[in-house]
Amino acid sequence: MKLLNHTLLYLSVSLLGVLGLWAVVFYFFMLQEVKETVDDGLTNYKMFIVHRAQGDTSMLSSNLFGDKNYRINEISAEKAIRVLDTYKDTLIYQERLEQHAPVRLLTTAFVANEKYYELKIISAVINKADLIRKLFLALAALYGVMLASILVVNNFVLKKIWKPFHYLLTQLRNFKLGNTPLFKPAHTSVKEFRELNDSLQSLLQRNSDTYLSQKQFNENASHELQTPLAISINKLELLAERGALTDEDAATVGEVIQALESLKRLNKALLLLSKIENQQFAEEQKVRFNDIFQRLAKDFADLLRFRKVQIQLLEEGGFEKQMNYALAEILVVNLLKNAIVHNIPGGTIVITVSNSGFNIENTGDASEPLDEEKMFNRFYKRSAESGSTGLGLAIVKAIAGLYHLSAHYSFGTGKHRFSIQAGDNGTGQERKHS
Amino acid sequence: MKILVIEDEPELLGVIRQSLQKEHFLVEEAPDFETAIRKIIAYDYDCILLDIMLPGGNGMDILKELKTMRKADNVIIISANDSLDDKVQGLNLGADDYLTKPFHIAELNARIRSVLRRKAFSGKNILELGNVKLDLDERTVSIRDTPVAFNRKELDVLTYFMLNHNRLVLKTALAEHVWGAYADEANDYEFLYSQIKNLRRKLNEHESSLEIRAVYGIGYKMQVI
Repeated sequence: MKLLNHTLLYLSVSLLGVLGLWAVVFYFFMLQEVKETVDDGLTNYKMFIVHRAQGDTSMLSSNLFGDKNYRINEISAEKAIRVLDTYKDTLIYQERLEQHAPVRLLTTAFVANEKYYELKIISAVINKADLIRKLFLALAALYGVMLASILVVNNFVLKKIWKPFHYLLTQLRNFKLGNTPLFKPAHTSVKEFRELNDSLQSLLQRNSDTYLSQKQFNENASHELQTPLAISINKLELLAERGALTDEDAATVGEVIQALESLKRLNKALLLLSKIENQQFAEEQKVRFNDIFQRLAKDFADLLRFRKVQIQLLEEGGFEKQMNYALAEILVVNLLKNAIVHNIPGGTIVITVSNSGFNIENTGDASEPLDEEKMFNRFYKRSAESGSTGLGLAIVKAIAGLYHLSAHYSFGTGKHRFSIQAGDNGTGQERKHS
Repeated sequence: MKILVIEDEPELLGVIRQSLQKEHFLVEEAPDFETAIRKIIAYDYDCILLDIMLPGGNGMDILKELKTMRKADNVIIISANDSLDDKVQGLNLGADDYLTKPFHIAELNARIRSVLRRKAFSGKNILELGNVKLDLDERTVSIRDTPVAFNRKELDVLTYFMLNHNRLVLKTALAEHVWGAYADEANDYEFLYSQIKNLRRKLNEHESSLEIRAVYGIGYKMQVI
C-alpha cells in the first residue's frame, strides 16, 4: 500500500471517531441551548398571560388547552403557595395531528382578583429524531468533503513534498556497485530528506570505496599470481625435459604441473569473472548465436565422436543479440562443454535456437535434477570432478546478467536443460526495473 | 638467430633463456626499459620477446619505438595482462603475436618458430622434418612425397610437434594449444590420447621417419628416427 493511501486510511478512521464524538457533544449542546431558549420563551409568555389575566377575567376560565397553548385552573391558596415554577418535557395529545406530540410544559401559579390559579403553558419542542437525522446527514457530508479534500491535498501536495524521497529511491534502485555515475543527492529543504541525502551518500561512498579496493585487490592478486605460476610451470617443464628423472619422480613432477595448471585455469576464470562484472568488455556487435552454434558443433565434432555423443542443432529461428562477441562465445562454449562433459556414452545433445533465445538439452550422468539455486554459484561442484574449476556456470550467469539474458536450468524425462532467453525475467540476481 | 628477451622477472627470464638456448638461439636480455631501448636501437634481432609491465616504462612504448624503426613485425608480447585492449593495441602497433602468462615453453617455442619462419621464407610456408613435409598455408601433409590426409585436429597436433621436435611437449600444453580456450577439463586428455594414437598410426602406415614418444606419461616428444 502506498504511503499516500496509508495516511488516508488512518485519517479516515480517526476522522470518523473525532467527528462522531463531536456530533454527540454538539447534539447535547444544541438540545440544551434549544431547551433554554424554549424555557425563556415560556417564562416571557407566562408573564404576558398573568399580566393580561389581571384585566381579562374571561381568560381565567380556560381550563382546557383547546386551541390555545395555555390552561388556567383555579386552585386553593394552600396549594398555590406550594407551586413552584417547573419546566418539564411531556407528551400532549394533539387533535390536529391525532397523536401525542412532545411539548415543553411550564407549570406555575398566580393570583388574580384575589383568587389563586394554576397556569400551564406548553410550547412545541424540537423533534429529536429529526435533529439527529439532519445532524447525521450534515456530518456525513462534512466527512465526505473532508476525505475528498485530504485526497486532493495528498495527491497534489504530498506528492510534491515526497518528490525528493522518490528521487532518492530511484537512485538507489539504479545504483550498481562499480559502475556508478556517482550518487546525486536530491534538492530539498526538508530536514529529514537532507539527512537521508547525507546518510545515503556516505553509505554508498563507503560501499563504493570498499568495492573498489576489493576489486583492485582481486585483480592484482590474480595478476601477480600469473608470473610465479609461469615460472613454476616452466621450471618443471625444463626439469622434466632434462631427462634425468626416474619414472616415479617424473610422475610426481607431472602431478605438480597438473595442479599448477588447474590453479592457472582457476586464476584465469576468476580474472574473467571480475572483468565481466566490471564490464570491461565494452566492444559490442550484433552476435548471431546460430552461427556460433554451427561453428562450435564443427569444432567439437571430434570430441563428440570420441565421447559417442550425438549433437543436434534445431534452428527454429535466429537469435541475435547486441553483445561482446568473445563473451557470447564463452557463454556458448561453457554450456556446450558442460553438456558434453556431463554426458553419457551414446547420449544426445539437442540445441534449439528460437528468435528469443536457445535451449541446450542433454542426457546426463546425473539421473536426478540438479540444484538450480546453487549450480550457478561459484565453485559449485556436484561431485569431486577433477580438473573442473567449478566456475563455468558462474561465468555463464555473469555474462547472462551483464546482457539481461535469463539463464535457467530445468530437468525432465531424464534430460538436463539449460535455457538462455532474452528479456531479463530473472537470473534471480537482477532486479526488475519498474 | 638472435633473440632479445625483455622481461623484468629474473626467474622467468632464466627459464626462457634456458629453453631458447636448447634451441641454439643466441639470447640477449633486457631486464628494464632503459636497457631494452638501448639494445633495440643498437642491434637487430630476429625475434623480440616483450613484457609490457617493466621497471622504468611501459612495453608498449618500446613497441612504438620499434614500429618507427620498422622492426615491430618480429615482436611477441608476453604479458600477465590478458586484457583484450592490450592485445588489440599490441597487435595494432605491429607486434606479431601476443602470449599471456603463464604459458608453456612449447607454446613459446612454437610461436617463436612461426615468427622466424615468416621472416625467413617470404614465399612458401613449409615445415620439413625427416621425410614429412607440412604446408602451413595449404594445410596439407606429404610423407615421402605422397599426400596423406589428416583431419583438422590431427594436423594441429602434428604441426605443434614438428615445431617442437626433440622437445618435451606436455599433455596440458598440447591440449591448450589445440583446443585453445576450450581446454579446461582434465578428461580431455583421454581424447588427446586417442588423437595421438591416430596420428601415430598414420605416420607408421606411411613409413614416416617421425616418431612420437611418450615421456614419463606426462607428455610426448617427437623425434626423427
